Amino acid sequence: MGRFSVSRWFAVLIKEFVQMRRDRLTFGMMIGIPVIQLALFGFAINSDPKALPTAVRAADSSVYARSLVSALGNSGYFRIVREAASEAEVERLLQAGEVQFALTIPAGFARDILRGQRPAILVEADATDPAATSNALAALQVVARTAFDRDLTGPALALRAHPDPVELRVHRRYNPEGISQYNVVPGLMGVILTMTMVMMTALAVTRERERGTMEALLAMPVRPGEVMLGKIVPYIFVGYVQVVLILLAAHHVFGVPMVGSLLLLSLMLILFMAANLAVGFTFSTIAKNQLQAMQMSFFFFLPSILLSGFMFPFRGMPDWAQAIGEVLPLTHFLRIVRGIMLKGSGWTEIEREVWALAAFLIAATVVALKRYRQTLD
Amino acid sequence: MTQQVATPAIDVHGLEKRFNGKTVVQDLTLQVPHGRIYGFLGPNGSGKTTTIRMLCGLLTPDAGTGTCLGLDIVKEAARIKRQVGYMTQRFSLYEDLSIRENLEFVGRVYGMDDLKRRVGHALERLDLVSRQHQLAGQLSGGWKQRLALASCLLHEPRLLLLDEPTAGVDPMARREFWDEIHRLAAEGLTVLVSTHYMDEAERCHAIAYIAYGRLMAKGTVDEVIGRSGLVTWTVIGSGLDRIARALAEDSRVVTVAAFGTTLHVSGTDRDALAAALAPLRADPSLRLEPGEATLEDVFILLMRQSRAELRAA
Repeated sequence: MGRFSVSRWFAVLIKEFVQMRRDRLTFGMMIGIPVIQLALFGFAINSDPKALPTAVRAADSSVYARSLVSALGNSGYFRIVREAASEAEVERLLQAGEVQFALTIPAGFARDILRGQRPAILVEADATDPAATSNALAALQVVARTAFDRDLTGPALALRAHPDPVELRVHRRYNPEGISQYNVVPGLMGVILTMTMVMMTALAVTRERERGTMEALLAMPVRPGEVMLGKIVPYIFVGYVQVVLILLAAHHVFGVPMVGSLLLLSLMLILFMAANLAVGFTFSTIAKNQLQAMQMSFFFFLPSILLSGFMFPFRGMPDWAQAIGEVLPLTHFLRIVRGIMLKGSGWTEIEREVWALAAFLIAATVVALKRYRQTLD
Repeated sequence: MTQQVATPAIDVHGLEKRFNGKTVVQDLTLQVPHGRIYGFLGPNGSGKTTTIRMLCGLLTPDAGTGTCLGLDIVKEAARIKRQVGYMTQRFSLYEDLSIRENLEFVGRVYGMDDLKRRVGHALERLDLVSRQHQLAGQLSGGWKQRLALASCLLHEPRLLLLDEPTAGVDPMARREFWDEIHRLAAEGLTVLVSTHYMDEAERCHAIAYIAYGRLMAKGTVDEVIGRSGLVTWTVIGSGLDRIARALAEDSRVVTVAAFGTTLHVSGTDRDALAAALAPLRADPSLRLEPGEATLEDVFILLMRQSRAELRAA
């Protein structure tokens, strides 16, 4: 008995394979997760984001201004998406996150270049995520040095010799020192909530089925909406405890600013938590046991963390990955929480993200309620 | 009250249920009068649980109509749930809640007033007052069963559906459980109870036998035995195991059961059975006596018949 028996070992081995094959979902996950990870890490993630949306406010329409703008585009890092008419519009575009950069070319730009007065061009960067802007800002130095090479001919040729024909003023907005904690800590709130909310509800309902208490619950006159709300609300409380912990740490340990309204953030948190809880509830109506519920939660968590812009710049991803990211609630919540905490965003700036979250919540709730059966059919 | 007496507590016709194309219950018609204890018998997987679930609205029948307490089992399932107590086969209270918390939860779901008094009353009746704060998961099988019964009686249902309530419970607890069921029936409660135990079947006012989804027999125990037409002989002596094996092969014999020093042999045809047993009469070490068919014999016969019909179909 004490010796290792190959036939006994083989008996256990065969049993494990049979059980593995029988649990289709687990088997699918074991094959599916590496495939998804390969796709995400291999194709979607890019820590050197290019073609970042940029707004230009040009008070000068000279050939020099045009050269500068086209040189920006040619660098590959900037994609000119807007012509801003005023300083206020530049401010709004940055605040709403519609552009990552805004370039302001002053009046008399061409004149000042030709006089060798080194006119200042203002580049404002949305630096909430320092990783998304650092390479582009480095490329900007080169652009500024070489943009006018073709235009500075004849008598102006001498100006080329000067290190820089223009003075570059870079404002890193919302996070002037480029502290990555400013970006990560508020984001972490969304990540932690996604993980706990989805998993907890998925397990809570599946547990009822696994332990056989679901049958008794169904035999009682309790409605699906009552069960769903009753199961979800306690976890919203848990979620708030987590939020308070993170916010306290953000303020006292990491020194993350809280520019916007705490009340608005609290309201957004309810919406975000509810969206995730609805996802968890949907999973629980599909999963046959708690293990499957865990796996599904993980399956949701993986793209949430990778494609939402939490770990890697959202704008660095290819279009298909951004499209998936736009569906995930975490993507929108990250924009909201970073907007409120770092940029002081109000309702108008976050409205679009709020509607996206609300749409997700409604869709997930409908699916959950449709899938929740009041019978055992 | 007169209307209640007129319509049976359970009155269903032609109930049918299929799962993935497999028919689990077929053309089931059943009437259970008020205040009676109705036994529901049949082999494992015969459709007893499925039928009970259809009666309390947990499953929607694929065909058939019927009423439970005068309410339509399809359209008024929600109203049926309020008046029915359903005790599941598996213990389905929360093991991580205490006895009291479980009862309070059930009471709140049914929206009952005066919760504290009712729960207190239920605890007293169960003799669980001293253990009310113990977790339900820590209770032994017999106590779990009593707690489950108490929780489905809390909302004072008019119909009790019990799905194999005494599986895995010791004889003493079973006896007490059945005494309680009879007390409740005397108070006017209707009880439908599924079981595998023949002694429990005999404690029912009437029984129904279901096999492979079809109702094979119903009536009182005596009626069911009488209608089966089974003739039984008891063989007393030695070397019975060998004889039993030989008789089991005989097509004229329906059931052979060995009980220590006696052998119970039944058949449907009096003369054929006598012919089959004739060789044994010659053996001086054996004694043959006319016996009485038991419910078990009848059920084995019914099971064989339904299996044969199923094969023929």
